[in-house]
Amino acid sequence: MATRIDEAGEGVSFTFEGHRIEARSGDTVASALAAAGQRHLRDSVVSGEPRGHFCMMGTCFDCLLVIDGKPNVQACRTNVRNGMKVRRQKGLESGE
Amino acid sequence: MIRKHESLPKSSDLVIIGGGPTGMAAAVAAAKSGLQIVLLDEGEAPGGQIYRDVERSTPTRQKILGSDYTAGEELAAQLRASDACYIPKSTVWNISSDRLIDYSIGGSSYQLQANFVLVATGAVERPSPIVGWTKPGVTNAGALQILLKSAGIVEESAILAGSGPLLWLVGSQMVAAGSPPVAIVETTPGGRIQSALPHIAGALRGYRYLRKGFSLIRKVRSAGVPVYSAASNLRVMGDKEATGLQFSSKGKVHKLSSRNVALHQGVVPNPQITRLLGCEHRWDEMQRCFRPVTNERGLTSVENVYVAGDGAGVLGAVSAALQGRLAALDIAAKLGKIRPERPNRLEAGLKKDGAIRPFLETLYAPAPEFILPADDITVCRCEEITAGAVRSAVQLGALGPNQVKSYLRSGMGPCQGRVCGLVVSAIIAGHRDVSMDECGYFRIRPPLKPLSLEELAGFEPLEKPEP
Repeated sequence: MATRIDEAGEGVSFTFEGHRIEARSGDTVASALAAAGQRHLRDSVVSGEPRGHFCMMGTCFDCLLVIDGKPNVQACRTNVRNGMKVRRQKGLESGE
Repeated sequence: MIRKHESLPKSSDLVIIGGGPTGMAAAVAAAKSGLQIVLLDEGEAPGGQIYRDVERSTPTRQKILGSDYTAGEELAAQLRASDACYIPKSTVWNISSDRLIDYSIGGSSYQLQANFVLVATGAVERPSPIVGWTKPGVTNAGALQILLKSAGIVEESAILAGSGPLLWLVGSQMVAAGSPPVAIVETTPGGRIQSALPHIAGALRGYRYLRKGFSLIRKVRSAGVPVYSAASNLRVMGDKEATGLQFSSKGKVHKLSSRNVALHQGVVPNPQITRLLGCEHRWDEMQRCFRPVTNERGLTSVENVYVAGDGAGVLGAVSAALQGRLAALDIAAKLGKIRPERPNRLEAGLKKDGAIRPFLETLYAPAPEFILPADDITVCRCEEITAGAVRSAVQLGALGPNQVKSYLRSGMGPCQGRVCGLVVSAIIAGHRDVSMDECGYFRIRPPLKPLSLEELAGFEPLEKPEP
């Protein structure tokens, strides 16, 4: 598990796969999900195997999520916003 | 200054790409010399990765991360106070050979004509392919640091596995944060100190770094963190997620439980932009990576394109800032803003700061199993291509990374080789028994990051003046 050693900024909440996640402003979606113990972020394009965040810096593209209907969003490069609807990306997705 | 989109600049004397120590130091020096500067930064705020989110760091984080991190605050403050036009959240996705830059902010693309470009995009972690490294719960060691810096989040009961000073730095920071790692699994092969001894003079010149290194190791060991040495045959345990790490060390097989395995085999230049621009690169055997070929001011083989900082060759944050300033002053002199002068102090500073590098690079060079992974190990994470598949492709006649890319799709996934590039080239070169320079690297094409067709359709290029 991951823990917060401090609580900077303000409280922000969003949903991941329908579940409410409490985060702080300044979190990226990837950090907030890591803190919430959510490791499974997407199913890979090739084999459908589960993937989670890897580099946290926008290099590896493993943390791709569907955010507010938009797919292929790097969770580690996206700051959390109140009311964001986030879900796992299953394989290849191209917009709703 | 942060400009509104309507007033985004269309041209600039110098465009700096990257907001880490190199970009910040270069922007400040260039602005002081009277140059128009635009700094395009993918991040939300200045700092890059090493000084990530330093401006909004809390006292708790600062205490844990230490003065090497908080040193970034001063640079960020200087950037904000300067006349440089700082544009955060901007992702460069293309640059033409005449330095027309295409970049994206919030789903819209814009163009900017640069007279000079300074590539300051820093480093990425070297690939560390092991069995099971694609499972959720396995990350780079740097990812743990980014969690701490950007969000004050620390992983509990993590295993740190690999080779390099960052392992000890992250380990000691986690100890300081009250969440010591379960173990440090050092993969540095035995006998490396002896190999590194010829470079000891340089290490002693960089005694401050040596002293810091020893202090980090001491902090981790005295916290009771078990350290395993000369570890090999690493494999991540677990089915759908990481549940631990198995490895051999000193003749025994160990299985450690953990839901977070953090890997590290050093850092290497991020080559995407210098490769996109067609800059000449050369293999550096000591650093075990390709580096753009530059003169002593950072000028590449492409006209008016400079590269400085870790993107030119990994030397760390202090050297990165010095190199940024050197490049900026060279450009300012070329544009007639300052008198060309020999920047003796900057050069002396670089020599001193870099003195320890040969020692560290020799000591911590990756073990062979990470350079040439076994056949069953996935090397291209995006497309799930194994080392064995790459070798088979070479057997079938795919003699270089770009042919292997066509056969197998390795390098065609969204990371565009950022993670796998070096290891795919090494496998090909190893199998063919040729040099890395002869083997080469993936050809990098625009867009550097995914763009929607919608964004491309709405993109209005700058109007070229009538001839």
